[in-house]
Amino acid sequence: MIKIKNLHARVEEKEILKGINLEIKPGEVHAIMGPNGSGKSTLSNVIAGREDYEVTGGSIDFEGADLLDLDPEERAHKGIFLSFQYPIEIPGVTVSNFIKTAINETRKGRGEEPMDAREMLSKMREKSALLEMDKSYLSRSLNEGFSGGEKKRNEIFQMAMLEPKLAILDETDSGLDIDALRIVANGVNKLRNANNAVLVITHYQRLLDHIEPDFVHVLYNGKIVKSGDKNLAIELEAKGYDWIKEENA
Amino acid sequence: MSDEILDEVTASEYKYGFVTDIESDTMAPGLNENVIRMISAKKNEPTWMLEWRLDAFKVWQDMKEPEWSNVTYKKPDFQAISYYSAPKQKKTLDSLDEVDPELLKTFEKLGISLNEQKRLSGVAMDIVVDSVSVATTFKKTLGEKGIIFCSMSEAIAEHPELVKKYIGTVVPKRDNFYAALNSAVFTDGSFCYIPKGVRCPMELSTYFRINESGTGQFERTLLVADEGSFVSYLEGCTAPSRDENQLHAAVVELVAMDGAEIKYSTVQNWYPGDAQGKGGVFNFVTKRGICERNAKISWTQVETGSAVTWKYPSCILKGDNSVGEFYSVAVTNNYQQADTGTKMIHLGKNTKSTIISKGISAGHSHNSYRGLVRIGARAENARNFSQCDSLLMGDQCGAHTFPYIEAQNPTAQIEHEATTSKIGEDQLFYCNQRGIQTEQAIALIVNGYCKDVLNQLPMEFAVEAQKLLEISLEGSVG
Repeated sequence: MIKIKNLHARVEEKEILKGINLEIKPGEVHAIMGPNGSGKSTLSNVIAGREDYEVTGGSIDFEGADLLDLDPEERAHKGIFLSFQYPIEIPGVTVSNFIKTAINETRKGRGEEPMDAREMLSKMREKSALLEMDKSYLSRSLNEGFSGGEKKRNEIFQMAMLEPKLAILDETDSGLDIDALRIVANGVNKLRNANNAVLVITHYQRLLDHIEPDFVHVLYNGKIVKSGDKNLAIELEAKGYDWIKEENA
Repeated sequence: MSDEILDEVTASEYKYGFVTDIESDTMAPGLNENVIRMISAKKNEPTWMLEWRLDAFKVWQDMKEPEWSNVTYKKPDFQAISYYSAPKQKKTLDSLDEVDPELLKTFEKLGISLNEQKRLSGVAMDIVVDSVSVATTFKKTLGEKGIIFCSMSEAIAEHPELVKKYIGTVVPKRDNFYAALNSAVFTDGSFCYIPKGVRCPMELSTYFRINESGTGQFERTLLVADEGSFVSYLEGCTAPSRDENQLHAAVVELVAMDGAEIKYSTVQNWYPGDAQGKGGVFNFVTKRGICERNAKISWTQVETGSAVTWKYPSCILKGDNSVGEFYSVAVTNNYQQADTGTKMIHLGKNTKSTIISKGISAGHSHNSYRGLVRIGARAENARNFSQCDSLLMGDQCGAHTFPYIEAQNPTAQIEHEATTSKIGEDQLFYCNQRGIQTEQAIALIVNGYCKDVLNQLPMEFAVEAQKLLEISLEGSVG
């Protein structure tokens, strides 16, 4: 689905990614772990196409297309979704209006007709129930006055509505209490199928207890320095990151 | 990055820049007593009206053009303006078939189909093109309820007692420089009277349009809601592209008697000048309403046009328990300047006012909110709530807030909230990531920001206003 080859990227003058190689196939869940400042969020922003991040080398192929040639919205239309670490607020724009616009703009980008209003409504009901969101959620201003947990749930709700091929969860577990974590993870698991893939970016192993990864990668100093299965995450949780740092010093 | 994108998407050309080719009957430029006599004579006005105009002219001659507002412009040469311009149409029209087809085409370009409006929305329209009303509809339906809705000229001819009684009572001739000028030279406008206890069954609507090059427009609107009545009035405007600045100095007076309610909504889209700040309409308007006991006046405005705007729709809350409201969205782009706001003058007991102002500045524009809340000595338990928000797009524009508060009664409760925000890269990227293009993203964010005001507009107007916001800020180029 996505092939990242020797990816280098910098923010302002600082090189953050120093040669990332990663391939994700349909149906897989990959986790990227690593200490603060290792480049985890940079990687997710570069895949989503944020302009502040300058790609200085390497390539990203997404289902045969050169992703780096595309605008952020075109990448979204192709099925890339980023669950933000810090979702932003848009006062006066309701959750339902926002998601409706997102869905119909995505459809337009794909040359499809807008979604029928009835279909839209029933889908909103179904997906908000999946995330155990109260009905009033939909008529609230996007993320305005939302608690940390509500914001993250709202991200996964949008993911459920947009049905992306590749979902990147950027520290979706931060700021969640145990119940919210379970609800969010449960939501993600229910959306998994053989045709989509998930990239989980996290500091901690606890989210991976709920969303079980097929592969775990350790990102350190802009490179993937270790890959393994879910046991690697457990090992990291037990030993911390120091041994990784020592190995790569 | 965002600056470039913002520049690109905020640089939409004025879509209504075209000139209708209608033969006009235009008076030579210049202003003196004779010109005023000519205007009055052309309109077959009674002597009292002429006297009133001449008195206003005397007052005006002793006044100075105000300079306190936060706008800079080249002062108009009042002797270079033609004070009367009427499309050449001699007889009164009973139906649309009689209207000049060129004129109808103009309305079509504006997206105002009279037929559609008439048939579908139940909106009665009194259309003012270059100062003379050319079509009035639904008069019959209104007539059955005793509602008078006609041009000011017609009102002067047919309802002189009402006009004489109320004109200049809310905005006196000597109120300010532009009001005095308007009183002297106004050519037409709308008049509306709602009788006691009558609820006007439809939205009353007027479309203003400046058409003749170099013609100043001086509209005069007088709206009287008798005891216990209700009326919702819509005013919308567009103007064709011009290189020279055009002056517009209107006066709007509202009278809400005991228990009456007036809802006055404006969508203003006059030519703002080009991207370099050349041309555009000067809009110096005096709008004011007076509320008697238990009366309510609500002003809602969406202002996207004009090169320079100087406008403060106000309420005098004279009667006890009266209510004044002001909801405003003012958009400035390129080199536009707006100094707008409201005055809420609390005189009666238990009077209440609400001010919601949303300014949006883009390009090199300047957008100022100027508001006065005055609580008189006898206004026991008066309350005001003001919220003034500014939204900046890019870093070349300016937003300013000038709130004035004068409280002479210790029981007054006054709340003022103000915020300034910027459409951030973060917001745009978030929308982009969800598949929403930057243009649509800005429209979405701006509409959300203006929601509290747009919600106050009648449905059909709200849609138009939303469209207008998109056109002025991020509409497709060309």
